[in-house]
Amino acid sequence: MKPLLERLQSGEILVGDGAIGSMLIAHGLESGQCPDLITLEAPEVLAAIGRQYLEAGSELLTTNTFGASPLKLADYGLDDKAEEINRNAVAILREVAAGEAYVSASCGPSGCILEPYGDTSEEAVYTSFERQMSALSDVDVICIETMSDLREATLAVRAAKAVQPDKPVLATMTFDETPRGFFTIMGTSVADACAGLLEAGADVVGSNCGNGLEKMIEIAADFRAATASPVLIQSNAGQPVLEKGVVHYPESPDFFAEHTPDMIAAGASIIGGCCGTTPDHIRAVRKVIQ
Amino acid sequence: MDLLKEISESLQKGDDAKVGELTQKAIDEGMEPKVILDDGLIAGMNVIGKRFRDHEIFLPHVLLSARAMYAGMDLLRPLFLRDEVPSAGKVVLGTVQGDLHDIGKNLVGIMLKGAGFEIVDLGKDVAPEVFVDTAEKEGASIIGMSTLLTTTAPGMVRVIEIINERGLGDKIKTIVGGAPVSQDMADTIGADAYGYDAANAVETIKEMVGV
Repeated sequence: MKPLLERLQSGEILVGDGAIGSMLIAHGLESGQCPDLITLEAPEVLAAIGRQYLEAGSELLTTNTFGASPLKLADYGLDDKAEEINRNAVAILREVAAGEAYVSASCGPSGCILEPYGDTSEEAVYTSFERQMSALSDVDVICIETMSDLREATLAVRAAKAVQPDKPVLATMTFDETPRGFFTIMGTSVADACAGLLEAGADVVGSNCGNGLEKMIEIAADFRAATASPVLIQSNAGQPVLEKGVVHYPESPDFFAEHTPDMIAAGASIIGGCCGTTPDHIRAVRKVIQ
Repeated sequence: MDLLKEISESLQKGDDAKVGELTQKAIDEGMEPKVILDDGLIAGMNVIGKRFRDHEIFLPHVLLSARAMYAGMDLLRPLFLRDEVPSAGKVVLGTVQGDLHDIGKNLVGIMLKGAGFEIVDLGKDVAPEVFVDTAEKEGASIIGMSTLLTTTAPGMVRVIEIINERGLGDKIKTIVGGAPVSQDMADTIGADAYGYDAANAVETIKEMVGV
């Protein structure tokens, strides 16, 4: 495969994958289980989800390692399993991707609040990400995602670049709409996120999750206004609603297809999905991009 | 400047040392602890809550102000125990089973304490039975359930079912909140109330207990 950044620089639009969490639930993951432990307990489920996304047209397959930093795994008393979980998660998708898609390592927030607002030191967060990044040595791409604290995000980017200097690093944050524009809950604007993440060494910046696709198109445009670097956008399928005891995401694959031209026009370079998106959403986006 | 106003403004600035110092000064001057709490600390925290809700300030600012509030509360607490100031009510709080996000729940807890409530914080990933058992044992009139994940709604439903099974519906009321929760969802699962953010949750709980 051609290097990811080369393709993005040539102006190609790539398709990411969709949610893992909501797919795991569809495959019977029980509430209360550590999602990252599925990697060790039911690797075949993750391989099946990966294959579904590959068949739908995803060019990046995301590992099930969102919460697999030692700090986050410590919530379940599993921090000593961090290396095993991360390594195995990559191995599962390496086999599925078989050279047809990039294996992208998901790295989510530590779940801790940095000093002086919380009680976790920068060093502890950096060391935790460093351990996770080291265990992810066999990936093609590192994707730091759903961050709300820019300081934590830059620590993760720096750890990724220190441990794996040759790997492209994608970094996304999650924004809410305010009367003054889009900000993370910690108060970072899109422009500040963009500048801070790139300065830390990220190759691709963007946003994931959020409040539905139409807001994400505005966020993509804000990123595009702030940088010429590639922009990654992974929207959720709208704000979830509960229908007859079942969680339902309102935005359909057709809705995603319909809005994909606007997303491209806004400046997105990689388009994927977050919570509630399925292989059908990815297939719909893929069709438009071809 | 009025001492209470000064406490409120120092709290809004997140200056915990100053809030501690001024609270001590107010106590030394013989001011009523309840007045210091209501018109100094809580007054300041109410402004912070509103500004956070209006997106004028962000989480770091709230956390610093909360810390400043604790600096004052720590000095007042022994006096309250001495004077037996009645609490506004008791609330059992937790993030529902399957969810480990607790920033929102912690904020609600901080602000409820600020409003004079007693809090039993069960932490995160709390089983439905534990919510109800604790509320019964502690004599709490409110159970507050928080979630960030959409997949944990059945846990909230289960808490409400258990309350009804045990015939506690008159004694224990429920309030739900968190990013994916809406008034519709609260109605669907049969929760007594919905708090759309931390400040609103506190206001709603105040209405529920009638303070």
